Amino acid sequence: MGKLLEVKNLRIDFKTYGGEVHAVRGVNFEVKQGETIGIVGESGCGKSVTAKAIMKLLASPPARYKEGSITFNGKNLIEASEREMERIRGNEISMIFQDPMTSLNPTSKVGVQIMESVLKHNQISRKKAYNHALETLQLVGIPQPEKRMEQYPHEFSGGMRQRAMIAMALVCQPKLLIADEPTTALDVTIQAQILELMKDIQKQSETAIILITHDLGVVAEICDRVVVMYAGKVVESGTVLEIFQNPEHPYTKGLLKSVPRFDMDKSVPLSPIIGSPPDLFSPPKGCSFYPRCDYAMKICKDHDPEPEDVGNGQITACWLQHSMAKVMNTHTATNVGGGTKR
Amino acid sequence: MTTDVKNVELDDDSKKKVPLVQVKNLRKYFSVGKQKLKAVDGLNFDIYEGETVGLVGESGCGKSTAGRTMIRLYEPTDGEVLFQGKNIYDHSEKKMAKIRRDIQLIFQDPYASLNPRMTVEEIIGEPLTIHGVVKGKEKKKRVEELLKLVGLSPEHINRYPHEFSGGQRQRIGIARALALHPKFIVCDEPISALDVSIQAQVVNLLKELQKEMGLTYLFIAHDLSMVKYISDRILVMYLGKMMEFSDSETLCNEPLHPYTKALLSSVPIPDPTIKRERIVLSGDVPSPINPPSGCVFRTRCPNAMEICSSAVPEWKEQKPGHFVACHLFW
Repeated sequence: MGKLLEVKNLRIDFKTYGGEVHAVRGVNFEVKQGETIGIVGESGCGKSVTAKAIMKLLASPPARYKEGSITFNGKNLIEASEREMERIRGNEISMIFQDPMTSLNPTSKVGVQIMESVLKHNQISRKKAYNHALETLQLVGIPQPEKRMEQYPHEFSGGMRQRAMIAMALVCQPKLLIADEPTTALDVTIQAQILELMKDIQKQSETAIILITHDLGVVAEICDRVVVMYAGKVVESGTVLEIFQNPEHPYTKGLLKSVPRFDMDKSVPLSPIIGSPPDLFSPPKGCSFYPRCDYAMKICKDHDPEPEDVGNGQITACWLQHSMAKVMNTHTATNVGGGTKR
Repeated sequence: MTTDVKNVELDDDSKKKVPLVQVKNLRKYFSVGKQKLKAVDGLNFDIYEGETVGLVGESGCGKSTAGRTMIRLYEPTDGEVLFQGKNIYDHSEKKMAKIRRDIQLIFQDPYASLNPRMTVEEIIGEPLTIHGVVKGKEKKKRVEELLKLVGLSPEHINRYPHEFSGGQRQRIGIARALALHPKFIVCDEPISALDVSIQAQVVNLLKELQKEMGLTYLFIAHDLSMVKYISDRILVMYLGKMMEFSDSETLCNEPLHPYTKALLSSVPIPDPTIKRERIVLSGDVPSPINPPSGCVFRTRCPNAMEICSSAVPEWKEQKPGHFVACHLFW
């Protein structure tokens, strides 16, 4: 599979009255054709900013692309002009947002909104565009598509709106679909419907998907690879099996341990990650997870770990993966951690 | 108080005998124009002292309305809620104010439920002032104790809510609810607005406090795995009605109602090795203004039969302690 998108050392700052917020601080990942990658992390970790940066949807100012490149199909999007971006957005890369109510235009019919991007990107008649939109609505499982085309967003339920959003994103058969928390605002039974729909899309089309979410269950279900972000950086990435079964970064481990599982004993307390994420106005000098890490060592405080390949394409940015740290056995590492933390 | 708790824990039989809260045929309808929105339509269940009952369902199923009606933030349309044997709706406003000491609420949104213009001391101290418990220096001392209890530093006492993170704000909300030593706390989606790593912190805190203070919780949520973890028993609601009620192990391992089964299979499991056949419900939750006849779930039910549209299924104890309302079990 060829490389479709490569994000390299991306850094984005926001200017605010309180100073500069370093929202994204050196993000690296790539997406191959047709694969689904999940970006997980807590709120404020920069996952949505990264997604919007790929679409060049960040208003600048306040946002500033400080460094790095976003290469899509061999073209650096950061240097692309607004006109070039217009040709790409909705056509080659499209996006689904979290809240389907606020991202649809309430004053325009759903059908018209879906046809809009077809008409913009293709030289075809309205009639053809209409038929194409109708087919797409059918594809995303909206019953009575003819009737639905003529309705306004407020006449749709939450799940149906999200389907309409997906139809709108897919209507031009994009190469890359970015889904920013597509199921977070939905009920579990509706979420299940949308997840099944996304699985169908994976099977039927060549579209690569970037799924941004904080729900590890959703990731486990539909992603091929996972990128874990923390405080504006990628701390770990790898295949979904590796990340869930052999997480190497303490943050990934902590995340996985803090969600209760169905087969869990109730008398065992959950193991939360203590503390809260750092302030991105002045991110820590060393590893950003250092203050919350159970295994923190002296070096973590002052030096930021480089991403290391730990095998099977799993990449972890943690000093514990450094060749020097591996010489020490895990026993000592744990002791050091326990000593510095409390 | 601690001795009481121990008794409850040791003597299982006596625990079963005294429900702290008894909900009887509770209904709450809202007027929407000329129509009635049946938000809560006939709830019957007990909550025993020291236990946690989880209340789950999709948005709009009436779970929050049920919680709020149970602590008389809403006046019910019909039915009773007995707290320590007495119907709370019979009390005068004055008497009710006293009872509110024992019944508290933790809200979902820690951003909206704290007054941004009040300091932490004022927020947590407000119930103490209203009920005239302590004043002045003693109040400050009590607030500091409460802050410590919920894992915040007493130095934070003069800060404003915006200076705290989501998880910390929820801790402030919990401290406020605990200020008057309540017996019963309704937790209305207390963790839904928080990040996963913070959710676990708050759930652990709620569990510890329950052990220490002998609290009784009604835990309202839509996250089934978290509800299962925290609850002793779980009540499943759909369109204002009870679907299934049982201890949490049985409910999650041997669910009877098709809706419970579908809910359970909808929850994504954070383990990529597990592959399962999912029951996907078609369609959406119908409008509670005009609910389906007979069983309200029949429009989405994979097992719907003819009788489901004509008769309302009876609330039945299928196995000891395991209640279900479904025609499959008639």
